[in-house]
Amino acid sequence: MVLALWGFGSIESARAQDAALAAPTGLKAVDHPNDVGTSVDLTWTLSVDDNARAQPRVVNGYEIYRSLVDGDEREMVGEVPYGVEKFTDQQCTAGVPYLFEIISVGTGEQRSEPARLAKPITPIRQWIDRSRAWFGVIVVLVCGAVILFTRLARFGKATYVREIAGLQAIDEAVGRATEMGRPCLFVPGLQDMNEIPTVAGINILARVARTVAEYDATLTVPTARSLVMTSARETVQASCLAAGRPEVYDENLVYYVSDEQFAYVAHLTGYMVRERPAACFYAGTFYAESLILAETGNSVGALQIAGTAEASQLPFFVAACDYTLIGEELFAASAYLSREPQQLGSLKGQDAGKLLAGALLIVGCALATWAALAGNGSPAESMLVFLKDTILGRGGAG
Amino acid sequence: MFDFLKTLDRRWIFLAMLLAVSLPILAQKTFPEQPTLHVRNVFQKIEDLPEGSTIMISFDYDPGTTGELGPMTTALLRHCCLKRHKMLFLTLFETGSPVIDQAIKEVIEDEFAELELKSGEDYVNLGFKPGREVIIAVIGLNLRQAFPSDHSRTNLDDLPLTKNIVNLQDLDLILDLSAGYPGWKEWVQYAASPYGIPFAAGVTAVGAPQAYPYIPGQMLGILAAVKGAAEYEAALGEKYPKYRDPKLNEGIRRMAPQFWGHLLVIGLIVLGNCIHFADRWRGTP
Amino acid sequence: MKSTIPWLIAAATGFVMIAAYFIPAAQGWQGEVGTWFEILAAFAFVLGGANLFAYHLGKISARRAGWGYSGVTLVAFLVTLAAGMLKLGVPAPDRYPTNAWAGDFQFEGSVSWWLYWYLYNPLNATMFALLAFYVSSAAFRAFRAKNTEATVLLVTAFIVLLGRTYAGAWLTSSVPENYSALTFPGMTAIILAVGNTAGQRAIMIGIALGVAATSLKVLLGVDRSYLGSDGD
Repeated sequence: MVLALWGFGSIESARAQDAALAAPTGLKAVDHPNDVGTSVDLTWTLSVDDNARAQPRVVNGYEIYRSLVDGDEREMVGEVPYGVEKFTDQQCTAGVPYLFEIISVGTGEQRSEPARLAKPITPIRQWIDRSRAWFGVIVVLVCGAVILFTRLARFGKATYVREIAGLQAIDEAVGRATEMGRPCLFVPGLQDMNEIPTVAGINILARVARTVAEYDATLTVPTARSLVMTSARETVQASCLAAGRPEVYDENLVYYVSDEQFAYVAHLTGYMVRERPAACFYAGTFYAESLILAETGNSVGALQIAGTAEASQLPFFVAACDYTLIGEELFAASAYLSREPQQLGSLKGQDAGKLLAGALLIVGCALATWAALAGNGSPAESMLVFLKDTILGRGGAG
Repeated sequence: MFDFLKTLDRRWIFLAMLLAVSLPILAQKTFPEQPTLHVRNVFQKIEDLPEGSTIMISFDYDPGTTGELGPMTTALLRHCCLKRHKMLFLTLFETGSPVIDQAIKEVIEDEFAELELKSGEDYVNLGFKPGREVIIAVIGLNLRQAFPSDHSRTNLDDLPLTKNIVNLQDLDLILDLSAGYPGWKEWVQYAASPYGIPFAAGVTAVGAPQAYPYIPGQMLGILAAVKGAAEYEAALGEKYPKYRDPKLNEGIRRMAPQFWGHLLVIGLIVLGNCIHFADRWRGTP
Repeated sequence: MKSTIPWLIAAATGFVMIAAYFIPAAQGWQGEVGTWFEILAAFAFVLGGANLFAYHLGKISARRAGWGYSGVTLVAFLVTLAAGMLKLGVPAPDRYPTNAWAGDFQFEGSVSWWLYWYLYNPLNATMFALLAFYVSSAAFRAFRAKNTEATVLLVTAFIVLLGRTYAGAWLTSSVPENYSALTFPGMTAIILAVGNTAGQRAIMIGIALGVAATSLKVLLGVDRSYLGSDGD
C-alpha cells in the first residue's frame, strides 16, 4: 500500500513523468533549530539536467512533497526555481514524523522521478531560542549596568554629567519669549507614544512647560498624534501644578493637528508665520519637515532648540537651530533636567554600555587584523567568526 | 551690492532654485550615468536570482516622495518583469495603496502587456495594513495573520503564488522603497536581520547616509533617490539595450535638474562664504 | 494611583515582552501587543477628530488669526470623510453586484480616488518639494567656514554635492582609472562609506543605548514624567 502510494502510482495530480528528466539527488532533512517545532530544513543536490546556462532550460524548478510515514496526507508544500538547493517547510506539526520527496520540473507537464528522504524526520519544539543567548548576555550586561548605577545613585553616589548647552538654554529661550510677549512653541515630533524618542520629547516638555508657567509665558503644543496630545496635556497640567500655577494651564493650547506629515508641517509653519513665536522647541522624531520647520522658525527670529534621534535630520537642525541635542543627548535630557540622582545614575549605566560596545569594536578590529595577517585557518579567524556569527550574529542582531 | 547680498531676501534664492530646476526640465538634456557599487549589487542580485523567484516589494512611500522614489520603482519593477520574477506588493503607509496600483498599471499592465502577467499567479497586491513595524514582525512569522487575503479580498490560499508562502522566510528577496518611518530600518530590524532574508532598499536622499552602516551585513545595497534610480536605469541599459533610450528612463532625465540644483547650492555656499570673509575683513560683526 | 497603575501595566508588559523575545513559542506576542496598540491608536483617531473639530470651530468663532484656514480645514475634513465613508462614486463590485458599499473606496474614478490624485497628491508633493528651496536658503545663510570644523564640513559638502552629479565625473574625467578614488565620485563614495558610516555607527550606538536606558527607566518607574505627574 505504501509502495503503491509512494511509487509510480502516487502521482495523483495525473502529471506525466518523463524518465529523461533527471531527479535531484541526496535529499536530506534536519529539524529547523530554535523554533516551535513546525519547520524542517531540506537540502539536496541539483538535478544533473539543472544547468542555468542551458537554452532552452531543461529543469525549470522543483516541487517538494510531504507526507506522513504511512504515505497519508501527501501534499505539495513548496516550489522553488532552478538552481535552488534548499527549502524550509514551515507547515509541520511538532513531534510528528514526516517523509519528503522532491521532483524536478521541466517544460510543461514534464516531471522527474521523485528523490525521497531515506528515513523520516521529526520536528522538535525548542523552549528557548539558543541563537539569542549571547544577545541575552549583552542585554543583561547593559541593563544590569543601568540598574546598578541607578541603585548606587540612590545611596548617594555622586554622578558627574557634562553640561548640555541646549538644555541650559531652555530658561533663556522662555525668558526671551516672556520679555517679547510672544508665545513658545513645542513640537513633539511625528511619532506616537510607543516610540521612545517621543517619550524623551515629552520629558523635555515637562521642563519647558514648568518654566513657561513660572515665567507666566504662553506655550502652544500642536501634536501629530492624538495619544501624544493626551500625554502632553497631562504633562503640561502637571508641570503647571508643580510650578504652583495650576490656573495658567489651558488645554486648548495643546491640540491635535493631523497624522499626515505635511498637513502637520503646513499648520506649524502657518502658526509660526502668524503668531511669530519667540522660542521654538523641537524634541522627538522628525523627518523631511525638520528643515522646513527650522528655517521657518529662523525666518521669524525665534530662538530654536532641537533634539532628535533621527541621525539623518541632525545636519538640518544643526545648520538652522541655535542649539541641537544630538542623538543620545535627547534621552539624557530627562535626567539632566530633573537632576534626580537615580536618573543621573542611569546615564552612567549607558556609559558602561558604550564601554562594552567600544571594547567589542577594538577586539573585533584586532581579530580582523590578526586574521588577515595570519591567513586562512588561523585561530584568529576562528575567533573572529565566533565573534561575528555567534556573539553578534543573527540571533543577536535580531 | 555688498549690502544687498548681505541682506539678500531669501525669495531671490527661491527664484534662482526655481529656474535652476525648471529650465533643465524644459530643455530635456540628459547626462551619462555610471552605476556605483551599491546599485550594482542590487541589480546583480535581481539579475542572478533564478527566473520565477519570489520578491516582495514594500511601497513605503506616498505621493510626497514619488518624485524621488517613483523612477526607481519603475526601474525595479521593470527588471523583475524582464526576469519573470514573482512579485508580492504591500505598503505600510496609509496613503501608499494607490501608488502600488499606479505602478502595477504603468509597468505590469501597460509596459509588459505582452507578457500577460496575471494577478494572483505572477504578482499579488497585498495592499495596506495598519500597524507599521508590527506588521513586519507579524508577517515574519505568519503572513496570513496580517494579510489573510490580497487587496481584492481573495484568500491567499486560493492564489497560486501565495498558497505555499507561510511567511517572509519563504521569500528570495525583499525590496523596500522607503520614504521614512516605517521603512528600510524597520525591515532590517524585524525581517532581514532576524531571518537572514536578502534585503535591499531604495531610499530618499536624506535617508541614504543612515543606511550605509547596514551594508553589506544586513542590506545588499541601496538606491539613493533619483541618483540611485538613474544608476539603476544605466545598469539596466547595459544589460538590456532597449532601455538605453532616455525617454524610458525617468531617473536619468531627472538628474539634469538635480545637476543644476547642486551647482546652484554650491554657488550659494561660495557666495555666502565670500560675504562672511568680506565681513570679517571689514571688521563688522 | 494616577501614575502607579499605568506604570505597573507598562512594566509588566515590557518585562514579559523582553522574556518573550527568547522563547520561540512566545515570539508572536510582539505582534499581538502591537495589534492592541493599533486598536488603541484607532480609537485615538476619534479623539483626534473631535479635538480637530473643537479647535478649529473655536478658532473660527473667535475670529482668531488664520480662522479662514480653519474653515478650509473643516470643509476638507468633512468632504474627505464623507467621500471615504459613503464610498461616493464607487460602483458595485462583480462579486456583490447589488451592493455598491462592498466596493473599494479608492476605486478608480471614485470621489476618494479623485481627491487623492488631484488634491492630496499635488499638495503633498508640493510640500516635499519646498525642501529644495529651504535647503538652498539654509546653504546660503548657515554654511559658513567659521572655524576648522565648519571648514571641514564645508569641503565635504562641496565634494559630495559635485560627486553626486555628472559635474563631478566630468571635472575629474582626466584622472586615470587606477586613481579613481581621487575623482569626485570616488571621493564621494569614500566619504559616504568610511567617514559617514563610522560617524553614523557611533551616533547609532549612542542612540540605541539611550533608547535602552530610557525604556528601562520607564519600565522600572524611575522616570514617570511622561505620565503627567510623578506623584500619586
